[in-house]
Amino acid sequence: MMTDQDEELAAAAATGDRAAFAALLSRHYDRLFAFTYRLTVNRADAEDLTQDICAALPAKLAGFRADARFTTWLYRVAVNAAHDRRRRAATRAKAADGWGDWEVNRREAIREETEAQDWLTQAMTALPDELRDTVALVLGEDLTQAQAGEVLGLSEGTVAWRMSEVKKRLRAMRAEEDAI
Amino acid sequence: MTDDLDDLKAALRAAPPAPDPSKKDADLALAMKSFDDLQGSRPDARPMSDAPKSGALGKGVIKMLNALNTRGGLAATTALVAVGFAVLVVMPNVDQVEVPGMTDMAPPPVNDTVEEEIVIQPAPEPLGKIARSPARTRSEAPADLRAQSGQVAPSVASDPMMEADISSFSDGENRIAVDDMPGILPMPPEAGGEEYANATPSPLKITSEDPVSTFSIDVDTASYAVVRRDLKSGYLPNPDAVRIEEMVNYFPYAYPAPAGAHPFAATVTTMQTPWNAGTQLVQIGIQGEMITDRPPLNLVFLIDTSGSMSDPDKLPLLKQSLRLMLSELKPEDEVAIVSYAGSAGEVLEPTKAADRATILSALDRLDAGGSTAGAQGIELAYQVAERMHDDGEVGRVLLATDGDFNVGIHDPDELKDFIADKRDTGTYLSILGFGRGNLDDATMQALAQNGNGQAAYIDTLGEARKVLVDQLSGALYPLADDVKIQVEFNPTQVAEYRLIGYETRALAREDFNNDKVDAGEIGAGHQVTAVYEVTPVGSDAVLTDALRYAPAPDAEGSDELGYLKLRYKRPGEDNSTLIETPIASANEAGTEQQFAAAIAGFGQLLREDKYLGDWTYSDAIALANGAKGADPYGYRAEAVTLMRLAESLSH
Repeated sequence: MMTDQDEELAAAAATGDRAAFAALLSRHYDRLFAFTYRLTVNRADAEDLTQDICAALPAKLAGFRADARFTTWLYRVAVNAAHDRRRRAATRAKAADGWGDWEVNRREAIREETEAQDWLTQAMTALPDELRDTVALVLGEDLTQAQAGEVLGLSEGTVAWRMSEVKKRLRAMRAEEDAI
Repeated sequence: MTDDLDDLKAALRAAPPAPDPSKKDADLALAMKSFDDLQGSRPDARPMSDAPKSGALGKGVIKMLNALNTRGGLAATTALVAVGFAVLVVMPNVDQVEVPGMTDMAPPPVNDTVEEEIVIQPAPEPLGKIARSPARTRSEAPADLRAQSGQVAPSVASDPMMEADISSFSDGENRIAVDDMPGILPMPPEAGGEEYANATPSPLKITSEDPVSTFSIDVDTASYAVVRRDLKSGYLPNPDAVRIEEMVNYFPYAYPAPAGAHPFAATVTTMQTPWNAGTQLVQIGIQGEMITDRPPLNLVFLIDTSGSMSDPDKLPLLKQSLRLMLSELKPEDEVAIVSYAGSAGEVLEPTKAADRATILSALDRLDAGGSTAGAQGIELAYQVAERMHDDGEVGRVLLATDGDFNVGIHDPDELKDFIADKRDTGTYLSILGFGRGNLDDATMQALAQNGNGQAAYIDTLGEARKVLVDQLSGALYPLADDVKIQVEFNPTQVAEYRLIGYETRALAREDFNNDKVDAGEIGAGHQVTAVYEVTPVGSDAVLTDALRYAPAPDAEGSDELGYLKLRYKRPGEDNSTLIETPIASANEAGTEQQFAAAIAGFGQLLREDKYLGDWTYSDAIALANGAKGADPYGYRAEAVTLMRLAESLSH
């Protein structure tokens, strides 16, 4: 079964239609990567996250409900995956041997990265996770607050509140910068 | 300073680089491989709590890893990676195994294809680096990092972050939905199929923008019993299973009885919010009148006799419950029993409660077994109810089930409509949930709401006594239907407010005056409590900034906090009656209100709501302990015990 509708493709893929799944994923891969990048503000993290999601997506599709928009659902999967990664606080290992060295190198890399941060990275990493997700959806993906709320399972009001919180924090950051 | 947001937006829009083409190809290939594996393994792709696929080897490795979970074990761990990462994906279990005395503790399900896929393949071929990394990243790295830092792996249950962590890759972050995807970790026994009706916490409202709050009352108490069951089994309940209004309404409160023409009275009080010095709690307590001389009841028990009901905490408990209840019925009340699934049909003809022997022997004949879909069980039950119906009598179908709603109507919407139709002809539906596992809380709620009845969860004989005996007249004799509450807050007094709980009961503002819109019923002797947290104008606790261009509320005028309106219909009537009363700020809260506040706080702690600041379980315990009152049945003492359990489980 081939069709142009994301939702129909997803439904077909969920029942085992290989072509539908391939079409669906290749269509949305770039958007997915862009979103994970906005969530993580880090290329390596975004790549890892995208990979995790790709690997998990076939089974996740079983949970896709045809009454939801596929993109909304995909954002939600991505946000959840990002949470998962963040909380485990683990980036992908670059090598299978020498865990000790690997950890030392990792920390070193993180430190260097932190020093070289641009304003965007600083701003995004300064925000608590839930605000970062909200920002990535509302500002990064240009979703309305209602749509972002749907992805996050929150009311529109909560999203609006979070955005006002973001504004407050950015203002505080700016004031701090100016003070230096 | 919207510039900041604009800057951030511009930066974010510009930020993402194009994906690396070779990475993209690898990802797509990985996804396709994962897809193919899933198709191939589908028939047996659901290793749940027993995870037989990991087998003895898996268990051995867990033990080994426990021993090796130290600095010295690192090399060996790494070696295992080389041997086969397949076994390592069970490592989240390590966290569990290490908790002393908590072996039956149950982390929430992890839905993770990567792990599932790998466990299913006992001997994976050496894959490319790309394909391997997810397994390593997702499972091994944290444990190894812990090992390196010499930390003991944190327990899943005692570390809220870890708990959230493990569950978070499901499709429901913040547990938006308990979905039905494959899980691999041990779960609460049989709990995989439970579905909960809940929504995000009612948001904070700004009085000047949205002064009116409208909701339907809710006399259900099922959520409290579910919470109790989980806590007593040694784990924190799923936040989605916690409905705060049902927890608050579980307890009897000594509110003043109605005196006037209306069948119930509302008491409004204000008190200092325990968890926020800058806000106040406004509590609306509604007391239904006691009926001493009720008309005869016609009760039809529609009993699920599917095979799963044979557990001791299901059908046998139901039989005991009904025996208890029988002694409370009046001789002229009538009882009939219809069973569905398994042995289907009318088990007991309508029989006067005076004829105890006949009823009891019919109960004894009830037998759980078989899985034959019951023919038209629910329609039969309503037919029997209609046959029993005489003028002025109250008919009610009580559906007792462990979650099998295969009652003869398969389409949920059709079933709801059917129940709603029957409600309009005067036969109500209540639902008694038994056992744990399949219990479909969302369906229970929906059906009971449509049937103008209660959904109760019965886990012990004590609970059966509370639901069926202590509150017999209330649970079974309706006083008023479609009871709606609307509160208009006064913007000169209240800057912000939020309703605690009632998320699944919110109504649109215009629904209040629309008698066509269904709402909750209240039974004889019922109490219903609603709690608002309000932030007075000028308080430090105001969370939102004033708008620059909106007119400031006129400081002149009334000093009332707000205005309470209640609408209800007498049973069988089509037009509603209105009760109105201003909410003065003066009424003092007593122990009843203190206790309700403690429970509201307890519920929010369990839901991990964000409004509580640094208020903790021990604060809830102190507050509840000081407000136990007479507590003749010990319900409040039990609540304090549950708070203590939750406190120790949350560490």
